[in-house]
Amino acid sequence: MSGHFSGYSADPRIRWTEWLPWLAALAFFFLLPGYLSLGARILIFILFALSLDLILGYAGIVTLGHSAFFGLGAYTAGALGAHTGLTDPFAQLAAAAALSALLGLATGAVILRTRALTLLMLTLAITAILLEIANKWTRMTGGADGLSGVKVGEILGLFRFDLYGKTAFLYCLVLLFIGWWVVRRIVYSPYGAMLTGIRENAARMHAIGAPVYWRLVLIYTISATMAGVAGALLTQVNQFVGLNVLGLEPSGDILVMLILGGVGRLYGAFIGPVVYLVAQDYLAKQYPEYWYLGIGALLIVVVLFARGGILGILDVFTGNKKAL
Amino acid sequence: MYSLETRKLCKSFGALTVADNIDFRLEPGARHALIGPNGAGKTTFVNMLMGALAPSSGEILLGGEEITHIGQSSRVRRGLGRTFQVTTLFRSLPALDNVALGIAERQRVATRLWRPASSYREIIDEARSLLAGLGLADDAATRVADLPYGKQRLVEIAIALGLKPKVLLLDEPAAGVPSHESEIILSNLAKLPPDIAILIIEHDMDLVFRFAQRITVLVQGVVLVEGPPEEIARDERVHQVYLGEQHG
Repeated sequence: MSGHFSGYSADPRIRWTEWLPWLAALAFFFLLPGYLSLGARILIFILFALSLDLILGYAGIVTLGHSAFFGLGAYTAGALGAHTGLTDPFAQLAAAAALSALLGLATGAVILRTRALTLLMLTLAITAILLEIANKWTRMTGGADGLSGVKVGEILGLFRFDLYGKTAFLYCLVLLFIGWWVVRRIVYSPYGAMLTGIRENAARMHAIGAPVYWRLVLIYTISATMAGVAGALLTQVNQFVGLNVLGLEPSGDILVMLILGGVGRLYGAFIGPVVYLVAQDYLAKQYPEYWYLGIGALLIVVVLFARGGILGILDVFTGNKKAL
Repeated sequence: MYSLETRKLCKSFGALTVADNIDFRLEPGARHALIGPNGAGKTTFVNMLMGALAPSSGEILLGGEEITHIGQSSRVRRGLGRTFQVTTLFRSLPALDNVALGIAERQRVATRLWRPASSYREIIDEARSLLAGLGLADDAATRVADLPYGKQRLVEIAIALGLKPKVLLLDEPAAGVPSHESEIILSNLAKLPPDIAILIIEHDMDLVFRFAQRITVLVQGVVLVEGPPEEIARDERVHQVYLGEQHG
């Protein structure tokens, strides 16, 4: 029972198993060069799922509106790349991060006073509003046609985004690694332990003197920032951004990915997008019209038989130690 | 100056008055019990003291400082701690973490984002010694959900002590504990630091009369009588409204 994940009793040292995702990513890079664009997409959604896990899995904030930040980040990078001369990838990421952080802070400060279903509806409303803005503000966003011709310069003035997606894959991998490292630090920190406390029992947190609301606003802002970076990455890799980054659908997708992998555990955010996007890629080729059916069936199986997600199944073999 | 004081504290829900001009004083280092039949307004009173419920009128003072309108968590940080009638713990966390989270709040390290929590030795050591002081040394690593209920009640007290409160409200600390375990609770209550002013809300008369040096009897939102245990035990009105129920 001592395999508890974060907090004061946890061992924060990196276990050898935690290097496996990175080794797998490098192996993927060398062994499957034909799938690098799918690979980069997976890495981006892992980063997005990680940001969601931080608020849903650790702090217990239920949201159907996380695409608001992903989409804002995506459109920020897109608008900069298409309409201005700002093509430096890191500058675009920084702008996307800053705007998403602002949106996270502003909306979080309003909606995090509410709980449960009200909160869920408010998060959904915010991303729906952004979707409508993106749809109507065609001069800036390209509207329903999407925004093409997004220019992205060389990374650090050195590495050009190539046709095969090699640069894009490694670029996403490096940023995911940074994101993972930051999230891991937070999860093991006193702040992470405190968030677990809020999720476990908010009344108790109040009674030990924690200003729960402000604590939630801060983590919501951090999570929004990460989601914004993930969205900007998607735009940079595709050099295109469309309306499908905003609204209920991408919010639901990322939620499904996280539930598939396992909520509230760092590596659930890794497994989920891999399974979801690979299944989507495979099923969409075989059954272009019915691929969602397969994803749905997968979700039902996981929710019915493996409440802790795919990683939860592993717990059974490791004697209920939350190893990953 | 009193550790905790209320002046003409009132609370009504529409026509129903659940706290009627309560003047209450808790001396420094007091062992004070608040008793009363069901529906007397004890829980309402505690909730107002803690800031979970806003009074309709009146004032609450903590160490002479008015706290009537400040929030729950700031009251805690000013030295007002509590335990809950129904165990309110971080159930899936080890006992150690339950206590450490509170200490971290008191030490203002709960907002640190970078260093691993487990590297804050001073917090962990303090949590361990608090648990040991309540006879829970061997249970530090156990999830509190897996502890027997009596021990969960002690973890509840350990969390409150970790906040180093000046005033501690114990809301039925022995509620739900089987009688053979309630002795552990009582012996631990007797060992609490003498400088903490303690207000205990309790149904178990045996516990009240062994623990408290002063008793306030609340009936229908009104303070019926206040005094040392011998006086309360002799008081006719108390027998009628309260003790009479139990002793026929």
